[in-house]
Amino acid sequence: MRDVGIVAFAESQLTYGTTNTPVEMIVPTVNEVLKNAGIERTEVDFWCHGSCDYMTGQPFSFVAAVDALGAWPPIIESHVEMDGAWALYEAWMKIQTGEANVALVFGNGKSSAGDMNRALTLQQDPYTVAPLWPGLTAMEGIGACAALQAGTVTERQMAEAASRARRDGAKNGNVLVSGSESADELLSRAVTSAPFRDHDLPAMADGVSAIIIAAGDAAKRIAKRPAWIRAIDHRIDHQNLGWRDLARSTSAAIAASEVGVHNDKVDIAELHTTFSHHEQLLINALQLRPDATRITPSGGALVGNALMAAGLSRFGHSARAIFDGTADRAVAHAQQGACLQQNIVAVLEGN
Amino acid sequence: MGANRCAVIGVGQTNHTSVRADVSIAGLVREAVDRALESAGMTLADIDAIVIGKAPDMLEGVMMPEMWLTDSLAASGKPVFRVHTAGSVGGSTAIVAAQHVMSGIHKRVLTVAFEKQSDGNAMWALSVPTPFGVPVHAGAGGYFSPIIRSYMRRSGAPAHIGAMVAVKDRTNACKNPYAHLHEPDWTLEKALETPMLWDPVRFIETCPSSDGAAALVMVSEDVADTMNVPKAWVHSTAMRSEPTMFAGRNQVSPRAGELCAEDLYRKAGITNPLEEIDVCEVYVPFSWFEPMWLENLGFAPKDHGWRFVEDGVTEMTGKLPFNPSGGVLSTNPIGASGMIRFGEAAMQVMGLAGEHQIDGAKKAMGHAYGGGSQFFAMWIVGSEKN
Repeated sequence: MRDVGIVAFAESQLTYGTTNTPVEMIVPTVNEVLKNAGIERTEVDFWCHGSCDYMTGQPFSFVAAVDALGAWPPIIESHVEMDGAWALYEAWMKIQTGEANVALVFGNGKSSAGDMNRALTLQQDPYTVAPLWPGLTAMEGIGACAALQAGTVTERQMAEAASRARRDGAKNGNVLVSGSESADELLSRAVTSAPFRDHDLPAMADGVSAIIIAAGDAAKRIAKRPAWIRAIDHRIDHQNLGWRDLARSTSAAIAASEVGVHNDKVDIAELHTTFSHHEQLLINALQLRPDATRITPSGGALVGNALMAAGLSRFGHSARAIFDGTADRAVAHAQQGACLQQNIVAVLEGN
Repeated sequence: MGANRCAVIGVGQTNHTSVRADVSIAGLVREAVDRALESAGMTLADIDAIVIGKAPDMLEGVMMPEMWLTDSLAASGKPVFRVHTAGSVGGSTAIVAAQHVMSGIHKRVLTVAFEKQSDGNAMWALSVPTPFGVPVHAGAGGYFSPIIRSYMRRSGAPAHIGAMVAVKDRTNACKNPYAHLHEPDWTLEKALETPMLWDPVRFIETCPSSDGAAALVMVSEDVADTMNVPKAWVHSTAMRSEPTMFAGRNQVSPRAGELCAEDLYRKAGITNPLEEIDVCEVYVPFSWFEPMWLENLGFAPKDHGWRFVEDGVTEMTGKLPFNPSGGVLSTNPIGASGMIRFGEAAMQVMGLAGEHQIDGAKKAMGHAYGGGSQFFAMWIVGSEKN
């Protein structure tokens, strides 16, 4: 395996209700990540993009994104209908084949273009589940109830996750919601969609995330302290909620085991928590120790969830902690699908 | 190149037709997957990772359907990856799957691409009006016909060349049991009498709308060496993209296609593609793209692609057969069409193409393109190790 590191990260200002087109949204962030890396676009030898047609309500919505890349002369480029974190995976794989050394990956999503709670229902079985239009929140509610009943997550842990996300969000600045409420204060609020209170739900956002990864010497040239991707793995679970143990995230646990998350101490872990109960499910699956590991210091997707970009942002924020020396070993996680159906986990190291 | 070797050891496709009302989307996918696994002598339990491709999710109305297909592919606990690169997706999905092996990450990879166009309305899904964008309400035919016109004007090609390609491909399709259209009685005269749809594209010169899927099993060299099955070794893969429109863009022979082919040949050690490649499965959804791609891919000199067609070079008996399977002109489940090209190329060098086998084929090209002739995916496969 070649040594490959994250060398630059940029994230757009998160908003909700932008009037910009996807191309207008992507251009500044792609330019910014190139500037952060201090390289020209001609030095990028592979580009990979993650987005979802159903968010823009338009087939081939990613095609126009090529216009945002200055793809002339023609570039080597690919697209995944997945969160940008999987675009990073494809680029990492491409570099492993030896056919590329420097790759720029990005994910973008405009959650405000539609009703995402409803649209995400269309990921479900089109014959038996989707026609019932359960909505994402209801499906996640089933998952949260299962976890609460099994005791793998407590209501207090959910409130603590939300409380910390809102406080960290206030420090991060680039989030949609923030606050200083304690877990007790949050628990005193009304249940709005059992077992959820409003703060248990993600703050849907419009945004773009971009990362540059590079192999060996190129990485050392671009970054003072690359965040080396020591291992990365992704796994999927059954979709049928009735076939899964929703009190656990089996696929996240497999991915974490494959990359050896718990082989050494983890300084920070950026978890892609879209509903507050996910955090404890992921801590369990990744076997993290919250007393030794700082969990999602960026605030995470609970306070700003730009679909298709939020997962890649977790990789970016993990890498930043390596860049600035806050962490020597970090875990980055992203997920998609109802009830943590699909998970990707990476271990990043500074040395 | 430091990449590990990769071999195709299983190829499967569905019986393609307008409406596969007998199967669900999952059933359609499994038909192709089961045939690919059977030809590889494997089961789903042997597979390490699955790579799925299809064109816009709106064609069927299922968002990111690979998540739902997890259960029908027994993929729970495994990596499942989804590619979407417009019309080239079947090809780029095969390439991403090959990279799962060439990177050394996985040893046994299944890839499948599909489209069940009868579950939706492709013409609608391809022509959704977008705010602030150029409306393309005419579907793909309306988009590509002016480009074809431009090719005819530049090259001086006579008007019957497109119909010649169509008759060849529809005739070839009769030798392919999986092809959507089996129409044995076409003649050039009859073809030229079919209605004009998008001038200069006649009815026979355009692809059908199909339900279908294609699947490949790819393995690492150490696995392939232990298996006593026909193999197609992946000699090289290449992809290129360019923007849809800008002033001065050559839409007839896009630079991205030329560069992609050059890169492909270089990596495969091919210096004279016309002499060294035995058969091509090239993405020709409108007949005129055959002479256009003959030039774009470096087989024919500029403005001479149509002469190759007229001289029978691309016939099954010619020097460089194009689409002995019948091609996209005879079968077009959009998301799967590129993978069918890649799989048919593999079948040729594996000696598994049956009645449409080109005798002694040792090197074959699979080709796909998409968007406004702007995304390209290609591979060269060979009967011998590269």
